[in-house]
Amino acid sequence: MAHFTCEVVYRGIFQKNLASRICRGIVFSARQAGRWGIAFGRYGDSPQRNGIPAKDFAIVADSQEELEQNMARYEPQEVDVTICVDDTLSKGLESWAWYGLQPINRLTLPGGTLLMTSLQPAEDLLKDIHKKEAPYTLALLRAKASFSGLWVYREDHTEARILGALARIKPDFLSLDAVCQAIKDAEWGSEVKVASARKAHGRLETRPVNSTEGNAETPFSFEKPKWWEMREGVSIPAIPVGKPMEGGRGYVPERNPYFKKFTSRTMRPVIDFDKCVKCTLCWLQCPDSCFDVTPDGLYDADMEACCGCGVCEAVCPAKECITMVNEAAFDDNASQWEAWRKDKDRYRAWLTAKARDGAHVARSHGFRFRGQYEQELKQDLDTGGIEITTGIPGENAGLKKA
Amino acid sequence: MAVETRTIAAASGDTEMLISGSEACAEALTLADIDVVTAYPIRPYDTVMQAIAKKIANGKLVAEYIVAEGEHSQFEIVKHASTVGARVFCGSSGVGWMYAMECLTVTPPLRVPMVAMVGNRALDDPGAFGVEHNDALVVRDLGWLLIWVDTAQEMLDTALLAYRIAEDRRVFLPIAISADGAFLTHSQALVQVPTKAKVDRFLPKYDRGDLQLHPDNPISVAPQANEDWVIEIRRQNNEAMSRAYTVIEEAYADFREVFGRGPENPWFEEYMTADAEVILMGMGTISLPLKVGIRNMRAQGKKVGLIRPRWFRPFPTEKMAAALSRAGAIGVIDRDYSFGSPFGSGVVANEIRAALYNADKRPPLLSFIGGLGGREVTLADVSRVADMCFAAARAGKSDLKTHWLGVRE
Repeated sequence: MAHFTCEVVYRGIFQKNLASRICRGIVFSARQAGRWGIAFGRYGDSPQRNGIPAKDFAIVADSQEELEQNMARYEPQEVDVTICVDDTLSKGLESWAWYGLQPINRLTLPGGTLLMTSLQPAEDLLKDIHKKEAPYTLALLRAKASFSGLWVYREDHTEARILGALARIKPDFLSLDAVCQAIKDAEWGSEVKVASARKAHGRLETRPVNSTEGNAETPFSFEKPKWWEMREGVSIPAIPVGKPMEGGRGYVPERNPYFKKFTSRTMRPVIDFDKCVKCTLCWLQCPDSCFDVTPDGLYDADMEACCGCGVCEAVCPAKECITMVNEAAFDDNASQWEAWRKDKDRYRAWLTAKARDGAHVARSHGFRFRGQYEQELKQDLDTGGIEITTGIPGENAGLKKA
Repeated sequence: MAVETRTIAAASGDTEMLISGSEACAEALTLADIDVVTAYPIRPYDTVMQAIAKKIANGKLVAEYIVAEGEHSQFEIVKHASTVGARVFCGSSGVGWMYAMECLTVTPPLRVPMVAMVGNRALDDPGAFGVEHNDALVVRDLGWLLIWVDTAQEMLDTALLAYRIAEDRRVFLPIAISADGAFLTHSQALVQVPTKAKVDRFLPKYDRGDLQLHPDNPISVAPQANEDWVIEIRRQNNEAMSRAYTVIEEAYADFREVFGRGPENPWFEEYMTADAEVILMGMGTISLPLKVGIRNMRAQGKKVGLIRPRWFRPFPTEKMAAALSRAGAIGVIDRDYSFGSPFGSGVVANEIRAALYNADKRPPLLSFIGGLGGREVTLADVSRVADMCFAAARAGKSDLKTHWLGVRE
């Protein structure tokens, strides 16, 4: 009697179909050996929004009776493997239905595995991933986060590669042959995906993580009130008016403690304060009121509150004043304005490294120009994917090389 | 044997008026000085909206009178008005009440002390407008306080009590007062209307406190919530309903003191039950043929009495069980149906059965369904019901069938 539990931590909407495919693939792969399984999402996460962290689960067991012990549960209490399909989630997550910051490895069993798609070195990721008392294994699949939309899946084989990697991590439950057979038979009928799975199986990098490694910060938590402590009438207090920043000048708005904080963010605004024209648009348009007004009339985005929606960059009329930069380029949420005020030369160097470096400003979702998808796909092939020969439905299909 | 009749002594300053149950409701609303009322016509409730409109037109009542485009909006509008602190009234009947269902559902969790009158009406289809109680009963599980009245006087008094109870901070739940279509809504009787001064003594101003939507009290009402919050909100609702027991007792005690009338027992009316071997039961105006039939049978020496439930939610479980345990047999006439229910019984009969479950003495209970669609429950029906109950009392048991009254067979 044995069972195997797996979670997929992903970005809402953008990776919804990816996560679902991985979990279905796990069940189909285990079924090849006669096992039983279920795949489900954390229901509270189901009203997904763009980028908000969410979870799917797959559980497979030797018998139906054993599987039943894990059914009709809200979510597993622990998992053998945590699969994280966007490395910016290494900073932790607040899902739609989760209060407080949940470390990415929170449910990973002692001796379990955290499997991530990432291009970052393990040491960089471990600056973000919270410490865990028991040792576990960090497994890395070299890939960019696979982002697409609500109804579509970006056919970059990430799901097949994850399944191939799992066959390496848990061969007793998912043999590579079973995974390949499942990919071929059950869902996708694709030989090229089978090849991707096999390559990922061979290329998986693993590294033991001991209890001294990782981000030592205590994740912020949220105490849910008792029924008699809650205000009656399904009513909650409005957010109070904010306060001046310092010396009676500037303005720091109060922020809703019930709102999600920064873990929805995959890109953050980096601000060139010397280019700011003080037009107020970023401050006005930010849907999360995350800009503090500084005493000198500039606007400083609070990185604890910013969800990374990019509206500020879109509305900013000054050239290169606000630039969205991939979250993976940052290790903390420190104030940019404070850094700029303290040492302008140093800030300029920092800003140049982050915002003027093409590596960090590539969008994780959405397209900046027509043909970007095809261009990036070509680059992906060089970093571990394989040539995709099937046609891509829709208008872009004609643009592909024969 | 002496036959009881009930007369209402006019308290000092009361005015006697010949008015229908619906008009009596409008008199109470005027005395309660309501702020917002919404209307959408459906028989028999429409008689109330007409009566209120007349009050406003005649300058007797100053209130916002909003004609909505349907019952859903009708109930939504007063729900919102109540959250900013307005004393509100609304009402409907039959399928109109059904059309407001989504709003009726959200009103209790938002703790809105709306008072509504349901002019009880059969649910379509067939298109019909006679009385059945299924319309109001549909909300019985949702946090509405439900009461049935049987006279125009009781309608007036109950409407005043309803504001007092609903707007008590311990409760803050909506109340629906049920009035049988035609028999009560459309028939005029002599009613003692109290003075405004007395009503002001009895009924404090509506104070929503920290739940009031106001610029000085900025709050958000009814946000989306997930499984981390819902059961706590239901638990709060349950607590408010539990507290209503005390609040109702207090309100009736004060009512008796201020107005010099009103029942000792708010929960149900007992009529000739002190020595009754058989107790007949029914909600609303069915009490009238029952009382007449009981008097006739008493004249023949048959010891029979009546318990007419007023408050159906909250349900007076212990008091009801204690009162019924004395009987040799109980006959419940439901003016409603609950197809496929245990024993095929109506809603009231099965509630009574549940209330008796833990009682030391459980008399045989006979279940009847009658008067549907506004059909009259006749004196012949009443004596047939009583005879069957006497037989069950003698046998010490009853069959568990449900008997339909007045059906062409």
